[in-house]
Amino acid sequence: MIAAMPDYQAAVDDFVTRLRRRQVEGSLITAKLTAELLRQVVSHQRLPNVGQAAVLIDVVKSVGLRMIAANPIELAVGNMVRRVLHIIREEDVSLTSSAIPGVSVESDDDESDSKSSYSAAAIAAANRSALRAPSLHNLLESIPDPVKTPEAPAASVGDSDSKSRSGDRNSVSWKLKHNVIEGITELLQDLDDYHTHVAEQALEHIHQNEVILTLGRSRSLLKFLLEAKKKRSFQVVVAEGAPRYQGHTLAKELAEKGLQTTVITDSAVFAMISRVNMVIIGAHAVMANGGVLAPVGMHMVALAARRHAVPFVVLAGVHKLCPQYPHKPYTLLNDMKSPAEVVEFGELSECFAAGTGDHTTYVVNPTFDYIPPDLVSIFITDTGGHNPSYVYRLIAEYYSPEDYFLQ
Amino acid sequence: MAKKGVKAVTEIADDEVRVPLQAVVLADSFTQKFRPITLEKPKVLLPLVSVPLIDYTLEWLAYQGVEECFVFCCAHANQVTNHLAKSKWRSQPNFSVTPIESHDCVSAGDALRLIEQRGVVRGDFVLVSGDTVSNMSLKEVIKEHQERRKNDKLAVMTMVVKRAKPSPSTFHARLGNDELLLAIDPHSKQLLHYDPGREYGGRDNFQHLPSQRNVLLERSALNDRPSVQLCTNLQDCHIDICSPEVLDLFTDNFDYQQIRRDFVKGLLSDEIMGNKIFTYEIGREYAARVENLRAYDVVSQDVVHRWTYPMVPDIPFGGNTSGMRLERCNVYKGTGLTLSRTSTIGENSVLGSGTEIGEGTIIKRSVIGRGCRIGKNVSIEGCHIWDNVTIEDDAQLQYSVVCDGAIVKAGAVLKPGVVLSFKVVIGPKFVVPAYSKISMMRQPTEEDTSDEELEYADAASGRADSPRPFLDDADSRNGSAAGEVEDVDESGDWDPDEVGETGAGYRWSNRDGSQEEDWRHSVAPIPADKIRELVSAEEEGEIEEADNDFGAAARDSIAGTGVEGDEETEDDEDDFEKEVEGTFLRLAEGTAGVQPEHVVIEVNSLKLAYNKTFADCAGAMFKALANLAWGGSHASAKELLMSTKEIISKWGSLLQKFLKGSDDEHEILLTFEEVCSECHKEFAPLFSQILQVLYDKDIVSEDAILAWAEEKQDADDNDRVFLKQSEPFIQWLKEAPEEDDDEDDE
Repeated sequence: MIAAMPDYQAAVDDFVTRLRRRQVEGSLITAKLTAELLRQVVSHQRLPNVGQAAVLIDVVKSVGLRMIAANPIELAVGNMVRRVLHIIREEDVSLTSSAIPGVSVESDDDESDSKSSYSAAAIAAANRSALRAPSLHNLLESIPDPVKTPEAPAASVGDSDSKSRSGDRNSVSWKLKHNVIEGITELLQDLDDYHTHVAEQALEHIHQNEVILTLGRSRSLLKFLLEAKKKRSFQVVVAEGAPRYQGHTLAKELAEKGLQTTVITDSAVFAMISRVNMVIIGAHAVMANGGVLAPVGMHMVALAARRHAVPFVVLAGVHKLCPQYPHKPYTLLNDMKSPAEVVEFGELSECFAAGTGDHTTYVVNPTFDYIPPDLVSIFITDTGGHNPSYVYRLIAEYYSPEDYFLQ
Repeated sequence: MAKKGVKAVTEIADDEVRVPLQAVVLADSFTQKFRPITLEKPKVLLPLVSVPLIDYTLEWLAYQGVEECFVFCCAHANQVTNHLAKSKWRSQPNFSVTPIESHDCVSAGDALRLIEQRGVVRGDFVLVSGDTVSNMSLKEVIKEHQERRKNDKLAVMTMVVKRAKPSPSTFHARLGNDELLLAIDPHSKQLLHYDPGREYGGRDNFQHLPSQRNVLLERSALNDRPSVQLCTNLQDCHIDICSPEVLDLFTDNFDYQQIRRDFVKGLLSDEIMGNKIFTYEIGREYAARVENLRAYDVVSQDVVHRWTYPMVPDIPFGGNTSGMRLERCNVYKGTGLTLSRTSTIGENSVLGSGTEIGEGTIIKRSVIGRGCRIGKNVSIEGCHIWDNVTIEDDAQLQYSVVCDGAIVKAGAVLKPGVVLSFKVVIGPKFVVPAYSKISMMRQPTEEDTSDEELEYADAASGRADSPRPFLDDADSRNGSAAGEVEDVDESGDWDPDEVGETGAGYRWSNRDGSQEEDWRHSVAPIPADKIRELVSAEEEGEIEEADNDFGAAARDSIAGTGVEGDEETEDDEDDFEKEVEGTFLRLAEGTAGVQPEHVVIEVNSLKLAYNKTFADCAGAMFKALANLAWGGSHASAKELLMSTKEIISKWGSLLQKFLKGSDDEHEILLTFEEVCSECHKEFAPLFSQILQVLYDKDIVSEDAILAWAEEKQDADDNDRVFLKQSEPFIQWLKEAPEEDDDEDDE
């Protein structure tokens, strides 16, 4: 079965190679590419009449494991794979439950007429609500779906899905695939809207005449600040983020939009922090315990913020949410880049002269810092603000426990 | 559906469909630096931090968007092609690897000539050796090269150099070669002089201190240049961006062997063709070539230190699928590693998967391959241990290379600089002295006298002469010299003094008998006293600053060197002309198998042999033509004119091959004059008519004729005889220049 459709194989190979060579950078773009590729995989996969979900799960898992192995440090890949697996499981449960006569037929009867007018969009929205946390936001959504208790997601999804189900047994064979593809498309839509959703909340956090400190550059942060700029005036202090110095880029972009910007070296963070009202940063990944992986130097900023009781705000999309706990994050979840970014080879070449004995100088260039959860004040995600202690709940909503460890 | 990725890929493909980016990888270094290891395995397959060298090169090329890659393999060609076939390179999208096999190439020059014959290279290409480790971006350098080519067709090559600190000890310590001295035009980045020190001089072992180095610069190099930079702070990366003309140049000059020693020097000293080489400097990116064992050690440490990111052990690439894990202090651990609790693993070490390490063992700054078994209380420092090696209890290894399958028995000691080739066994408690090389292959007894660059191929077969029968030679080389070594399996033949009791292997004696090369090129650190020597040598000589600007003041001292070899020219003149004429006559008389191209090549080589210019060649050629015309029987001037016309129209194209500019054409006119006035007076009355023929056949251009006329204008009357004769013709040229322009503006 799995070998039947190698159409997507070339695309997978290509993506894996690019991941391996570290040619795809940035968690959002990686997440998007992963989800798009998985959608392609799902849509090209030929399915048997029975055990469709199992086949899909196997295929997505095998492709996913290859992608994860290609770049284990880019956690967004694994997150997306798990999200897709979760979608498949949910859809499967909903279809099975609806296929059992009696469970949903009654509800179908009185609603089918109205439901038939709902298009795929409605179905997708229903699915989405199934994945969403039970929040006020959800309750106010236009779809009049009663939201179910999170303790029994399977049952609740069955409920929501019973409406979207056409009731036609023959269509069940393509139904699952169709629904999964819809689900992934919805997921991609969420990724596209991520910046907007986060930026929308800017006014709740940034106030008039505040001083904001950040380090490095993140696109969501830029959008966040620019959104706030529309209504408020404030100052931004940007630490340059050695050795990649993306802070310089951010400062330039902010200055172009008329924000008052100050660039400092990373080592000056402590000196500046007493003037700062809030630290806002973009994360690389959020771990299951609420710890954050962020560009190197951020731990120091977090400690400085804690020392001066400055709120430490982390912008993180749901796609950055990782169901794994950090184990030895400094080495195992870190990417050690070339020392050339730190120092030019020629500058120290005599110290690297191995022929004279051991190297006398080492240059280490890690990409990420791990920030423990107790230093984080709040996460701003596309679904709203959350405490670090709430992260485990978010994870339970977006992932199936079976997929926490892919093997 | 991964639209982004797919689109990006197709875009690139669309752009480059016309000229796909090509690379030529020479998977044979044509040297012997790695013997005796390379007798059994080609150098490009030797593992550098558990990954074959060529995989670094190919991965980097693939990474940099090279689409077609031609791997030229010669020695152990079937091993290389097998490796390529087995590895994933074949199945990669947008990257094709084509092996080109040869068994009779003995130098890089031969290899390039073969590639030219195949006609596979269509555009600018990257020329690297199969032992290059780099992560530099090729995009900029290729762009720079192509931009330059648009304006200047003669810029045939761009050479990549890397900045380093100018200290001779650094050069020795890092890559085991001398300080490189380059003269570069700081504005155009044109390379004017290339002096690699003694490294490429082959076997000339004469010692000169770095401070006493002489630089010979052509006078013309200093003309029209406000400044010339002499650099000693650059390393040659041996990465070249070449135009297809480079291959033609190799074909034309069949005596070119090495790229650096012959080709670059030839190009730089050849003023006539005017081909130029430019340099491209990299600073932050990494590029190095594993030329010798010292470079091998240094580069593998650089890999461990991650200078070559993303080609590092914990990221899978090429044949590296082991999935190493990086821990603090650059310790890499493979999967399935058995590490006893009391063992100590020092910084900068790599432990391959499936390896077992016993109790109390101390490992420092070493690379250990897959499936090794290392006993208790072993001490390993600075070693390169390849796959499936067994090291028994209490052994001590320092700065050694231990190849696949070798066994070091209990209590044995390897002193610094030892090389144990494949499957060698060192007996218990035996002490292997420093810098020994031990192999299961017997050392070739015959002292070969061939050139340095021929050795790699030849020594394996034990023969020294280059023209050999192809077939049996190919066989012997394919069998990786197995035929030459009498019998590997005859055990008990080993000398206990060389490998200890129950040991196996032959110790190779140092051929030169000197310790000199030992410390220079081994993996062991350079002894402290040698470093002191190097440093003191440097201090004595008070070496000039790296970036000297040569202004007008410095010119005097250099200018004298530009005009060497003036006195020999007269003697050679006749010989040269005779040889050219002889060559030409062979063609004209229709000797079997002689083609016009052959004559071109032969004359080209004569030009080199006699140190002539193209103008000289053209002149001699023309004389030959005139002699031929005159030689035929002719009753009247008219007949002579007819036969001359015929000959010129027949062989004119041949003559044109040597006409690279109007100066050469001018030379032809002067030769013609000389012929008319001195040898064959019969031509004299026909001068203007023949001149017209030459003009009609596009052999001499209008410009050349006018220049000639102008020059002769001021000459005395005797000299102006022919000018007067052709006055009407010149007049005609002068009057009607416009309409002519279109036709002969080439």
